[in-house]
This record gives sequence, C-alpha cells and structure tokens, in this order.
Amino acid sequence: MKRSIIDIWVGTFVAVGFGGLLFLALKVGNLASFSTAETYQVQAKFANIGGLKVRAPIKSAGVVVGRVSNVTFDNESYEALVTFNVDAQYRFPRDTSAKILTSGLLGEQYVGLEAGGDGVMLKQGDRLRLTQSAVVLENLISQFLFNKAAEGKDSKDGK
Amino acid sequence: MLAGLRQGLADLGSGATAKLLRLGFAARFFVAILLHSGTAFRRFGLTIREIYFAGVLSMVIILVSGLFVGMVLGLQGFETLQRYGSGDALGVLVALSLVRELGPVIAGLLFASRAGSAITAEIGLMKATEQIAAMEMMAVDPIARVVAPRFWAGVISMPLLAALFSALGIFGGYLVGVKLIGVDEGAFWSQMQASVDVRNDILNGVIKSLVFGVAVTWIAVFEGYDAPPTAEGVSGATTRTVVTSSLAILALDFVLTALMFTGGNAK
Amino acid sequence: MATAPIVEIDKVSFGYDPAHPVLHGVSLRIEPGSVVGIMGQSGCGKTTLLRIIAGWLKASAGNTRVLGESVRDLDSDGIYALRRKMGMLFQFGALFTDMTVFDNVAFQMREHTDLPPDLVHDLVMMKLEAVGLRGVAQRMPSELSGGMARRVALARAVALDPRLMLYDEPFTGLDPISLGVIARLIRTLNDSLGQTSIVVSHDVEECFGIVDYVYFVSAGRIVAEGTPDELRRSAEPFVSQFVLGEPDGPIPFHYPAPTYEADLAAPAKNA
Repeated sequence: MKRSIIDIWVGTFVAVGFGGLLFLALKVGNLASFSTAETYQVQAKFANIGGLKVRAPIKSAGVVVGRVSNVTFDNESYEALVTFNVDAQYRFPRDTSAKILTSGLLGEQYVGLEAGGDGVMLKQGDRLRLTQSAVVLENLISQFLFNKAAEGKDSKDGK
Repeated sequence: MLAGLRQGLADLGSGATAKLLRLGFAARFFVAILLHSGTAFRRFGLTIREIYFAGVLSMVIILVSGLFVGMVLGLQGFETLQRYGSGDALGVLVALSLVRELGPVIAGLLFASRAGSAITAEIGLMKATEQIAAMEMMAVDPIARVVAPRFWAGVISMPLLAALFSALGIFGGYLVGVKLIGVDEGAFWSQMQASVDVRNDILNGVIKSLVFGVAVTWIAVFEGYDAPPTAEGVSGATTRTVVTSSLAILALDFVLTALMFTGGNAK
Repeated sequence: MATAPIVEIDKVSFGYDPAHPVLHGVSLRIEPGSVVGIMGQSGCGKTTLLRIIAGWLKASAGNTRVLGESVRDLDSDGIYALRRKMGMLFQFGALFTDMTVFDNVAFQMREHTDLPPDLVHDLVMMKLEAVGLRGVAQRMPSELSGGMARRVALARAVALDPRLMLYDEPFTGLDPISLGVIARLIRTLNDSLGQTSIVVSHDVEECFGIVDYVYFVSAGRIVAEGTPDELRRSAEPFVSQFVLGEPDGPIPFHYPAPTYEADLAAPAKNA
C-alpha cells in the first residue's frame, strides 16, 4: 500500500476516534458545565446526611449551582461536615439554609439551598448556620408509630 | 485406578507449571517490548502502518456493531423502563451502559478477534517462514522492528475504537428511542447529560479500553512470537489469542469495574 | 603466509537436549577467500554448526572464533555487530512478504546506514543486476518462483558486502537451470566481493563444482575432509557411499528394528 494512502486513512481514523470521544464528552456527558468554572467553598454541618454522596448536586430553586466536594465526620460535634463547591457566579446571603432533599421519591439525594435575607453575602470558607438533615425512613416510621400510639392513649384518656 | 488418579494429578501439576513458565516468559517478553519501543516511536511510520492494519481495518465492524448494540439497548431498555414509568430515562440507560461497560468490553472483544488474531497469525507466519530469523541475521532486532510497532498500534487504537463504539451506540439508541419509539428528544439528551459524568464515567471507560488494549495486544504479539513454526502451531496460536484475550478482557473488566464504579465512589 | 582463518572451530560440542548431543568435538578451519562445503545427511548436525557460527546457539564445549572474535564471549550487542559483517541465505529465501523485492534488498541499507535514497536505489539495482533480477524489482515476493526468490534473498544478503557468507541448503528444491545459476552466483560473488563462503548442502554435484574444500559430517562428527578431487578418489566407505549415492553402506538402508521374522510373526496391533 502506498505510504500516503495509509497515512490518510490513519489520520482519518484518529480524527474520527477523537471526534467520538469529544462527542461523548460534550453531548453525552456534562463537560460543558462546571469543570472549568470558578467555585468558592462553603461548609455546613448536618445531623444526618442520609445518602448524600460526593459530587451530588447543590440546587437552589431547582437549578444546579454547585457540587458537594467533601464529606467528613466532625468528631467534636458528632455531626457530618459537608463541603460545597458553589459556582462563583452565584452569590448567596450569609443566612442561607441548606436542606438535604431527595429527587423524586426514590432518587438520589442532593442539597437544596434556600436564600435568606441577609445583606452580607457568603464568602470562601464560610459556614452555613441553618441546616436540615436528610429524612431517614426508620426515624420517620418510628415517629409515625409513636404519634399513633400517643393519639390512641390520648383518646383513651379522653374517654 | 489410583495410578490413573496419580497420573492425572501429575499431569495437572506439570501442566500448571508449564503454564506458569509460559506466563513468566510472557512477562519478560512484555518488558522486552517496552524496553525496545524506541524504534516504534522514532520511526513512527512503522507504527502508523500498523495502526492502519489494526485500527482502521477494524472500524467497519466496530461501527456496525456499535450501532446495532445501541439500537438493541434502545429497544430492550425502553421495554423495561416503561414498566416503571421511567421511559424518559432511556438516554441515561443507553449512555451509561455503553460508556462504562459495553463500549470498552465489546470493542475489546471484537478487536481481539479481528485484529488480535491477525497480528498473531502474521507474526507466527513470519517466524515459521524464517523471516524473523533472517531479520536477526541482518542484525535488526525483530522485537523493535516487528513486535513493538504492532503493540503500540493496538494500545493507541483501542480507546479510539471503544469511543467510536459508544458514540455510535448512543446514536443507535437515539434512533430507536426517539425516532422510532417516540421518547421525548429533549428528555433523552438532557437526562443523559445530567447523569453521565465526564470524569467518572467517560474517563473510566477510556482507562478501561486502554487496559484492554494493552492486554489484548500483548497476548496477540506474544502468542505469535511463541507459536511453533508449523501450520498447526500458528492456527493454535491464533485460537489461543482470541480465547485468552476474551477471558482477560472479561476478568479485567470485573476488576476495573469494582475499583472504579463501586468502592471508589461510595463516600 | 599465515593469514588468520575466518572461522575456527575447535572441538565444539552441542546438544539441544544436553543428554543427546548433536555435535561431538567438531573442529574445522575456514581460510579467507575460500568456498567451503559442509556436507552430510539430513539431521547430521550441519545446520546446527551453521547456527553456532552465526551466534544463534551457544556451544556447550569448545571454542568458536569467527572473524577474530570468540562467539560465546559476545553479548547481544557484540553478536549484532558481528552479524553486520556476515550474511546468510536461508533455505527458502525468507524474504519479507509484506515488502517489494526492491524494499527487501534495500532493507539492510535503510536499517543500518544513512545513505540517501538515490544511492540506496543505485546500490539495490547493482545487487539485483548481479543476480540477474533487476526486472522484478517492483514485484512482491509472492509473485516470484522459488529459484527467483532465492536469488533475491541472495542479493539481500550481500547488500552490505559482508565478509562471510553462510548458505543453508541453497540447492534444495530447484530445477537444474536454477541450480546452475545459484551455484555460479555463489562462486562469482565470493570471488568478486572478496568474501569467504560456507555452503551447507547435501547436493554433491553442485557443491563439488564450486567449493575449494569439503568437510563431511555424520552423526555429529567430522568423518572426512578434503578437496573435491581428493574426496572423489577417496576409499573411505562413508565418503564413497555419499558421493556415489549408494543406498546401503556405512549409513544403513534399514532403520534399526526388530528382525523381519519377529515383526511378521507378531499379531496385528490394530485389528
């Protein structure tokens, strides 16, 4: 085979192959968002993070504004310490609250931010004061049973 | 009867030691390839020629298979997802299945049977017809000139072929899901983009295909170089290449998946 | 005038399996400028001897000196350097099937030298002219007949004018015309390029016609040596059986087996 023909074909092959990779990265994956955006870090403590994982989205008003970057256990307060990377273009007030929510009924968990009213904005390294932990099914059930039992006892007493 | 059992055990033992010996030789061969790879890169034309024979000529089977696998995923996936009212997640199903698993694995298996067996046969025949010996007599190192370019050609081609397989598979799933069945086009792509992570899914898929490329090409060149210089020897070697490569791909896939997609992610 | 021999083999022994040696204490000398034949039956060890000279196999005993170097003391770089001065013609040519005839002959020039393409082209044409095959320069080896392939391989082997040429059974399977051509080429190339050649063969006619000296090998030992004329007149039983092509003699016709009566009387095994 002539050298030039081989070179052309190999060049085409490599170009098409890289094209495939690019297609995967851009159209199929989420490269377009976030990997090169600037972020600032904010922390929050939760009594229970449930199934929250690193790289879980941080949403506010349903829009993804950041990602969870780290989850550790604070041995002094015995709570979970979660670090967020928030996209630099979004500023939140200092009294913003963070809740751990579930997308759909059985979906994966994410962090929802509700903006507060404070004039001063969060900066790098700040800690969110108001947090609400994930809903744990067992606690919910035992609470429900407890309530039911209390109700039954009240009505018995009331009689 | 006891003598027969003892003989069987002895055969098993010697067979196992023979295989271990061969594995050791194969490992040394691998190191030799790496050490003698200078020529393959300094005279890159040699490697380019091999990329043509290994990669370009495999494109047709990869593209066609990818398309069909994607289309089947679309059909079967929708069938099952629809039962849980999650038909819109078809894009996610097709994309993740292909990028994480089916792309690297099936492309690897196809590459092993098409290009791997061709490489084994070629090197084996060169050895049988004394071309390798002639090269050595002319003071040209056959590992540098014949083996290393083929090895690197395989390693370079595999990730590209796997990416093409996945890309075409997703397109096939799109054709079947959106165009044929009627899944919402916007939901198809947006859910896919939301769930497929470049670093964790796509990059891991690329790493897998690189590992498979190394394994398959290593086995192919080794079996060719080690083949007995007869017709039966070469044909046995090509069969062994396909079988051993396929098993290696599946075993490595398990190991890599366990490392990448389960333990690593659960923080 | 005592010029050093090109090849000097001193009591060399070798066995692929140490328990069954193929060569027992073989000694021979190859004088510069001569064409020497190493002859014997199939399987007598002559190809093994050639391989030891080329540095492929390491003798288990004895000394092998080629072009002034002791072969067993060389490392792989040393052996490669030694092989640059040698050329070998393999039994069936062993041309590279994925290249043209031209590229085959040009192979060594391109691998080992930095000669410009024009010079390489001219040299290839010269070598092909010497073997009479300039006309097939652009053909692929698969398109050539056996005799032509072997001549191309010869052109390839002498591409860099080696000092020592090794020929492994160059006459096997050729028609009479090609036989004559190859034999003449071996002699003329040897003389015109100032080479020394070793021809391993069992073709008495062709070999005796071109060699200066012959060593006869049988069962791993040198059993006779001399010029072709001396050997033709030799009374040595093995030599005369070989030279005259007699079916029976020191090399028996019958392979060792039980007596004929015993085999006929024995019951059939695969009834």
